[in-house]
Amino acid sequence: MNQYIEVVKALTPTQWAFYGLSVMALFGALGTIMSKNPIHSVIYLILTFFSLSAHYVMLNAQFLAAVNIIVYAGAIMVLFIFVIMFLNLREESTELNRNTVLIVATVLGSLLGLILISSLKKAEVQYLNPESFRSQTGMIETLGNVLYQDYLLPFELVSVLFLIAMAGAVMLGKREKGERNF
Amino acid sequence: MDSIFILKTIIILVIFAVSLGIAAYETYFERVIAAYIQDRIGPDYAGPFGILQPLADAGKLFFKEDFIPTKADKWLFILGPSLAMLTALLTSAVIPFGDSFIYAGQAVLVQGIDVNIGILWVFGIVSLGVYGILIGGWSSNNKYSLYGAIRAASQNISYELAMGLSIIAILMMSESLSIRKIVEDQHGINWNIFYQPMGFIIFLTCAFAECNRTPFDLPESENELVAGYHTEYGSMKLGLYLFSEYVNMFVTSAVLASLYFGGFNYPGMDWVHGFLVKSTSFTVGHNLATGIGILVLLGKICFFIFLFMWVRWTLPRFRYDQLMNLGWKGLLPLSVINLVITAAAELSGKPLMGSWIGLACFAVVLGLIWPLIKPKKTAV
Repeated sequence: MNQYIEVVKALTPTQWAFYGLSVMALFGALGTIMSKNPIHSVIYLILTFFSLSAHYVMLNAQFLAAVNIIVYAGAIMVLFIFVIMFLNLREESTELNRNTVLIVATVLGSLLGLILISSLKKAEVQYLNPESFRSQTGMIETLGNVLYQDYLLPFELVSVLFLIAMAGAVMLGKREKGERNF
Repeated sequence: MDSIFILKTIIILVIFAVSLGIAAYETYFERVIAAYIQDRIGPDYAGPFGILQPLADAGKLFFKEDFIPTKADKWLFILGPSLAMLTALLTSAVIPFGDSFIYAGQAVLVQGIDVNIGILWVFGIVSLGVYGILIGGWSSNNKYSLYGAIRAASQNISYELAMGLSIIAILMMSESLSIRKIVEDQHGINWNIFYQPMGFIIFLTCAFAECNRTPFDLPESENELVAGYHTEYGSMKLGLYLFSEYVNMFVTSAVLASLYFGGFNYPGMDWVHGFLVKSTSFTVGHNLATGIGILVLLGKICFFIFLFMWVRWTLPRFRYDQLMNLGWKGLLPLSVINLVITAAAELSGKPLMGSWIGLACFAVVLGLIWPLIKPKKTAV
């Protein structure tokens, strides 16, 4: 017991921040799957995204943090809330209360967890060398150089893919002739 | 404690207090300007010229009954206005309000944090701003509140795109995301507005829409939706919603002034700096010049706040389909064209001449093909 207290006492402020943020992220993740109201789930998920973004900032990847907030918390989650509000899913869905679903979900979930843990145990962890580590790796200038020099083709292909997806979405959402306006 | 650390803390606290104080007095000046435009007298009862009106309003709102509807989602009902206020106040952290103060031989920047993602921070917080309205509107459990919330969400999503694209045009010119770098690039009178007139108009329109100000205040249009997303709110919770709008206006004006109107730069600033340094010591002169820069930025901010109010009491509100058409079919293509013109102008090596020639070419082409692409007027 005493030895744990010693460990807690020896924590640096960075470690305190790391553990605090991790607890927050896990709390948000648990809230997402445990709350019955879909809107509450979405708000918990936003909390999780925020704590992940804070982790990115601690890793000195500011661009990734900002983009995570803009894209996920700012755009995708707003659309989620938007759709949920339209559908008005206030009554609890009966599907989740069925025992078979619960049992299958538990078995599958624990299997996945087992696989993850075993593969992580086998994985070789590479510790980074503090002397050769460049703290500017996560900055936007480095990222831009890497994307537009080393990975130019994949990057452009991804943008073409996005364009196709966008055109597809417009086609799906387009009003057909003779269809009612609203 | 490190004295630099204390000075930085004081600067941050002062920025916080000034943004709250200006927001409080915006409510007063909104009434005065409205009264002037409508040929009325306006508030004149609380103190000389009604100058204590914001305090009276705050007192009234604080002492009203704090009411939560029975069917409302209690925690989210409280979370809504808190989020609105939080997101409104977060943005001012990255705005450079002045150059730097020299204290004990070290320069302290007049800015909360000089992060290398500055403008993305602003953009991220702006995209979060809609949560306060969405959550408040949904948790009220009222049809009209929900309509207001949904309108706010779709409006914000639509106008964010054009806003982001007009910001990218600025980024291509300054080659940095840091707002301090963007402002320092506009030294003297080398302001971005001369390179980006179209981008500025797009950004201004989107800023109006993001702040939910007239002519885009559809989420709270009282003749259709009672009062929109804050129908069920009263007391200081309503006060926080209204106040966050004014804080947003202040921050938006600061962003507009920094991105397009040179922030704390003004013509002849080098001469003023040199004169002050020569007539006093270097430290005192530099600090005085920084102070003048801060005042210049505040003047620009006040001008934009006045513009916001002027537009509010002059233009009527848009219809909802007009709003969506303007956002998606008007501003989005225009901002893409602006992006292309800026890129070409930057590559040509003469950005100022290039961007104006590009705009002139675009105007000519648009004038020629306008009869072909003119939207047909249809009944709604």
